[in-house]
Amino acid sequence: MKEELIVSGRENMMVDPQLHIWHWPIPLYLFLGGLAAGVLFFAALYYLLGKEDEYRSAVRRVPFIAPVALVVGLACLFFDLRHKAYFWQLYTTVRLESPMSWGAWTLLVITVASFIWSALHIRELLPDWDWKYKWLKDLEVFFNRYKKQLAWVMLIFAIITGVYTGILLSAFNARPLWNTSVLGPLFLASGLSAGAAAIVLASKNREERLLFTKIDLIILGTELFLIVHMFMGFLASTQVQIEASQLFLGGQYTMVFWIFVVILGIIIPGLLDLMELRGKHIPAVIPGILVLTGSLFFRFIFVFAGQVSRWLY
Amino acid sequence: MRYAMAVDTKKCVGCSDCVVACQTENNVPIGYCRDWVVETMDGTYPQLEVEIRSERCNHCDNAPCVRCCPTGASHKAEGGIVLVKQNKCIGCGACIASCPYDARYPHPKGYVDKCTFCIHRVREGMKPACVSVCPTKCMYFGDLDDPNSDVSTVLKKRKYKTLIPEAGTQPQLYFLI
Repeated sequence: MKEELIVSGRENMMVDPQLHIWHWPIPLYLFLGGLAAGVLFFAALYYLLGKEDEYRSAVRRVPFIAPVALVVGLACLFFDLRHKAYFWQLYTTVRLESPMSWGAWTLLVITVASFIWSALHIRELLPDWDWKYKWLKDLEVFFNRYKKQLAWVMLIFAIITGVYTGILLSAFNARPLWNTSVLGPLFLASGLSAGAAAIVLASKNREERLLFTKIDLIILGTELFLIVHMFMGFLASTQVQIEASQLFLGGQYTMVFWIFVVILGIIIPGLLDLMELRGKHIPAVIPGILVLTGSLFFRFIFVFAGQVSRWLY
Repeated sequence: MRYAMAVDTKKCVGCSDCVVACQTENNVPIGYCRDWVVETMDGTYPQLEVEIRSERCNHCDNAPCVRCCPTGASHKAEGGIVLVKQNKCIGCGACIASCPYDARYPHPKGYVDKCTFCIHRVREGMKPACVSVCPTKCMYFGDLDDPNSDVSTVLKKRKYKTLIPEAGTQPQLYFLI
């Protein structure tokens, strides 16, 4: 039997013995960014479809999560930078080759849009709200006039944000686990399902809950398909990608991935959604929390496992 | 001009003098290194084969670190070498994650640091620190576009390989085999 023993004298912190340059703030941000994208996508979509009054929670209330999630997410990103005083360099250039560069600009747009959208609906939460200053009132009038355009910006940038969190990782060919184009749609689907789950959790209207339960079910099915599709791709690919997929097929991330992401995060909430649609009464909080935690676990597992996967030489 | 380096794996004894020379020359913080020695052992006893390589940044032609850098801090400089502008680097770590050779590290001061091919020495007509201290003279440095440079001459004479060429990075660190 041929064996190879590799001994390296390199011991750089956070790089050796295996890469761990991105810690918990990154997956937490990816989750919050995905959730905000999902929430804003549905708000914009149902506003543009003219269903503002029927799906009140989705369009007017749940979007309040988005600015909070995005600000916490941005704080996470900032916290993870090691040369913090220079963070503004991100906004001195646009580099289309670098997903992180256009992602930073996308985040800027979507964060501002989410704040404006929340401000326009502030009276949902605080009915007696008064903007006090005339220029703020003028701004409200202005944005109310262009609400449709704002909704379009939100819709498009929500999709970009959802996809970008996956593309960010898939752009790294040095980490075979991340280097699959399925990751973009998969992260988008995961973010949208988290958004739909948040709406189901918050909604008091049965019709709205049923609609978003249905949407959630479809997205969870898509996610499951994309996960299977991803592993089929890995197993049919090169040695490094086969080894990367082994992390989930017997390796150290097998249990946590299949139990917390696939079974508890996708299959069980999917079945509960199905039972709800068949007329059995399921407390909305169970599938909602399961989908959200599954989505969170998915980001953590993928960011950490991806850093373990590598080219061998 | 295309700077490149060749390391003779038949001559390298793995003494790590190149590592120490680099750390001294470039003030590399304690516990980190810009170049390092890898030993691989192949086969089954008693048929064993050892290869010793002094490795560093491959200054790739198709450098993933330059591509993914969000601020342009990682850039291509003279002779195709890959450098980091410290006052543009935000320390996001994207380049570290993008390097299949793991040749970069986060400097304790915050920015990302890596081998520079000792460009400050090369500009003054000297060789990189690792090349000039090597006791077995197993390293060759120079301009690939100059047919008479040390590196071009030795690459013409000897068989060589690069590391993980299948990653598509087009590395410019050659190992003579």
